[in-house]
This record gives sequence, structure tokens and C-alpha cells, in this order.
Amino acid sequence: MIFAVLPDILFYLFALLAVGGALSVLTRRNPMTCAASLVVSVLSVALLYFLLSAHFVGVAQMIVYAGAIVVLFIFVIMLLNLTDRELGRGRMTLFKIFGAFLALSVLAILAPGMRSMVELEPSGGPGPAYGGTAEVGRLLFGEYLLPFELTSILILAAMVAGVVLAKRDLTPKRLFSLIDWLLALADRLSILRSPQKRERKQGGAGGEAE
Amino acid sequence: MMAWAMEWVPVLIKILVAFFVVLTLTAYLTLAERKFSAYMQDRCGPNRTGPFGLLQPLADGIKFIFKEDVIPTEVHRTYYVLAPALLLVPALLGYIVIPFGDTLIVAGRTIPLQIADVDLGILYIFAIAGLSVYGLFMAGWASNNKYSLLGGLRSSAQMVSYELTLGLSLVGALLVFGTSNLRDIVHLQTGHWDLGPLSIPKWGIFLQPLGFLLFLVSAFAESNRLPFDLPEAENELVGGYHTEYGSMKFAMFFMGEYIGMITMSALATTFFFGGWHVPGLAALNLSHNAAALAGVAAFCLKTGFFLFLFIWVRWTLPRFRYDQLMSLSWKGVFPAAMLNVFLTGFCLYAFHRFM
Repeated sequence: MIFAVLPDILFYLFALLAVGGALSVLTRRNPMTCAASLVVSVLSVALLYFLLSAHFVGVAQMIVYAGAIVVLFIFVIMLLNLTDRELGRGRMTLFKIFGAFLALSVLAILAPGMRSMVELEPSGGPGPAYGGTAEVGRLLFGEYLLPFELTSILILAAMVAGVVLAKRDLTPKRLFSLIDWLLALADRLSILRSPQKRERKQGGAGGEAE
Repeated sequence: MMAWAMEWVPVLIKILVAFFVVLTLTAYLTLAERKFSAYMQDRCGPNRTGPFGLLQPLADGIKFIFKEDVIPTEVHRTYYVLAPALLLVPALLGYIVIPFGDTLIVAGRTIPLQIADVDLGILYIFAIAGLSVYGLFMAGWASNNKYSLLGGLRSSAQMVSYELTLGLSLVGALLVFGTSNLRDIVHLQTGHWDLGPLSIPKWGIFLQPLGFLLFLVSAFAESNRLPFDLPEAENELVGGYHTEYGSMKFAMFFMGEYIGMITMSALATTFFFGGWHVPGLAALNLSHNAAALAGVAAFCLKTGFFLFLFIWVRWTLPRFRYDQLMSLSWKGVFPAAMLNVFLTGFCLYAFHRFM
């Protein structure tokens, strides 16, 4: 019956699409084609998660990566709107060949180990609730609570850093929020001041109110 | 072989019927839009094709199909052709998890009136809705036209912002119901609170009034309808992302918009107005199948009301300015949705702790 082999067929189809999409991201010149290939790759990986019964992870992959992150990439690509002339011709440099060689050798070293690491489920496969919202939530807020919270702090730190870098010249007069406080602190320490502004400040009488 | 057929035939019938109903409804929504707008502006609207203009969508469809399919010379051809499909396909995939009725019992088998009973129901809809943004900005970029590009940029920023608030506005409801399965959510709303002489159905709107309001605002923005139709604001952007499109490709963008409206209306019905639940129907002692069919009718009526609301608002309110739209999203709806989540969590904790 076709239903018995359908998961295998789908696995190979989406695995091919995932790898093909990733390769196309690396080799294409047009940034829009690269982004579209990235979407194909990301969605194929999401479908592979579905095939493994990890439904929540699959949906999260679709919402976060395909729905938000690649959209931001494409946003930037559209704003730049580079033409083929500006992009120039693709060249095969020694650096790229070296990189490809390095990537392939890492794969060759890791691949045998990966095969032996995967242990097959002894019988019957996962239960019906496996991979659902409740089950993932229980793991995330139970057994893996500490790593989960640490990851969120890491993401928060990255976000604050992004805002501070983007607003480095906008030192606020009064402190409204944590971000303002951080900006003021950075200004006090003058670590993030752009060079022109520092010169201007040193060149002045030095007595003005900051 | 028989068992196999019994398993799959109802599913195929449901898919075909739902597909047919949604596409026909889409066609007739265009007529409804023109008729209602005409009445609101004291005109007649289309009334020449068939009785009361009822064949107008058919005439429009024939016209769209027979128009010349022009592809401008300077467009990025692949993406230009791909974009309408990328918008339409996610829109068509969205409604398959929405339960439009209770179960039917045919020949001893229980058939749920829903195409796919997925546990992650609402998350699936968000995942699919997130993909439809690609169609919009691919159209904007591939057209190689500055108005289209601006429309595409606006639409991607708007969709990403309002997707967030759309999700957050439903988090409160998800906390109350404790499940993301849409069928379970409707089941949890089939009941009554008896407050003296009053009997109030246990609909989500009474538990999440703020959540409903925020959801409605986000749903209007997410389906690019007025007062938030900035991506195609015709008096500043000519036609937005579909300026360069004609014939059936243009019609596909149009259909995508209307199908998005149907999905959002159905979601509002499911989450806040009890889905197929009819208050007081249990007292009538109807047979199971008759009650289920009455439920389907109730679901259609409630969804129809929201579709009418979409049209009503479009011809009543003026359009926002783009910066107003974005600040409404990030400074208005987003904090309010966070507050709603916080309040809901607090109330639920207090309820479970002290009641």
C-alpha cells in the first residue's frame, strides 16, 4: 500500500529540498533568489519536523523562521534593491574553495558518528501526545526551565545591545527606561561615542552642560 | 478496501465542499461589497446581470479569464508569476482547521464537521498566515515599479507587526480555554452561566472582551482592509503591490484578500462567539444530526456577520496614515495585548487559588 511508504517518500523529498535550498542560498548571486531558497529550505526542515511527530517544533520553525526572520532579510534586500551590475560577477576565490573543503571535511568526520548516535525507539514509536503543545510546555517549563530562561536572557541582551548600537548618538537628557540608562552609562564611559562627536566635545570649551 | 473508502470518502467530500463554499463565498463577497457600498452611498450598485445583479461575480470571473495576460517587459519574470500563487495558496490552506459544525452521524460513523482536527489548530493558522506575506512583497519587488515596491515594503512591515498582536490578543483566550485545539475551544464554550433570571452562553467574548477588541483590530490590519489598507492605498500608491498585475493574476490577489477575511471572521466566531453553538438549542430536543446542521447554519450566520462588519467598516471609516498605523500597533495594541495576557493570568490564578 502506498500509505506504508509515504513517510519515506516525503522524507527524501523534503530532505532533498532542504539541502537543495541551502546549496542554492550559497551559490546564487541574486539576493532575492537566495532569500527565496532559504525559505524553501526552512519550510522543508519544518516539514521534516512534522514527519518526526515534533509538531510544535515544526510550527514554531514556520512562524519564527519563515514568518519573521527571513521576512526581515527580504525587507533589507528590498530596501537596498541591488541591480545585477552592482552585484558584480560571482568569482571562485581560493578562500571560497578552502571554505567548501573545510565544510565537507567536517561533514565527513561527523557523519559516521551521527549514524551511530541515533537510537531507534524500542517499540511502537512515540505516544500520541508527543510533540504537542502540552508536552513541549511541560519539558520547557519543567525539566529544562533553567536553560530556557538563560536563553531568553541571552536574547534580551542581544536585543538591548542592538538598540544601544543603533542609537549610539542619541544620548537622552532624562532617563525614562533601562535602555536610556544604558545609553547614558555608555556615554559616561564614552565607549560608544562616534569619533567625530568625541572630537567635537574635546574641541569645545568643555564647560557646556551635557 | 471498503474500510479504506469509508475513511477517505468523507474527508474528500468535506474538502471539496469547503473549497467550493469558500470560493463561491469569495466571489459573492465582491458582489456584497459593491452592493453594500452602493446602499451606504445611496446608489443602486450592480443590478443589470441577472436578478438583483446576482450573476455579476460570474460575469466578472469570465471577464478576468478572457482578459489578455500581460507580463511587463522589465519585471523579474519568475517572481512576478509566482507571487499571486504564493498569496492565494496559504489563504486557501488556512481554513482547513476551523470547525464549522459538531459531528454528523452517517451510517453509524461519526464524522466531525472539520477538515483536519489538528491539536495545534491556532498555531497552524498563524504559521500559514505568516507565509502569505511572501506573496505580497514578492509582487511588490518583482514588478520593478516604485509604487509597487513601496506597497510591498509597507505590507511586509504591517503584516509582521500585526501578526504579533494578532497572536498576543489570542493568548488570553488560549489561557482561559487551556488548549490550542479549535474543536475543544468550541466545546468549552457550549454551556451557560445562570445569573438569576439571565442565562448567558459561555462565549469567549464575555471572558475576553479586551482580547476580542484587539483581535478585531489586528484582524483588519492582517487582512489589509480599510482602515488599514495602506499597502494598496490607491490615492498615494496607485494600486500598491498589484499595480502591474492584470487579468487573472490580479483576481488572485483579490481572492487572497477575501479568503483572508473569511478565515479571520471564522476565527473570531470560533474564539469569541462559540463557533457552531446556538444558545438554547439543547432545550428543543432535536436529533443529533439536525442539531449539527443547525450548528453549521449558526456558524455561517456568525461568520457572515463578521464579513458584513468588514465591509461596513470599510465604507465608514477613513484610512489611517502609515506612521499612525505602526504606532497604533507597537504603542497601542501591543501593550494592551500584553496587559490582557497579564490580567488574564492573574485572574486565572486568583480563580484557581481562591474559588
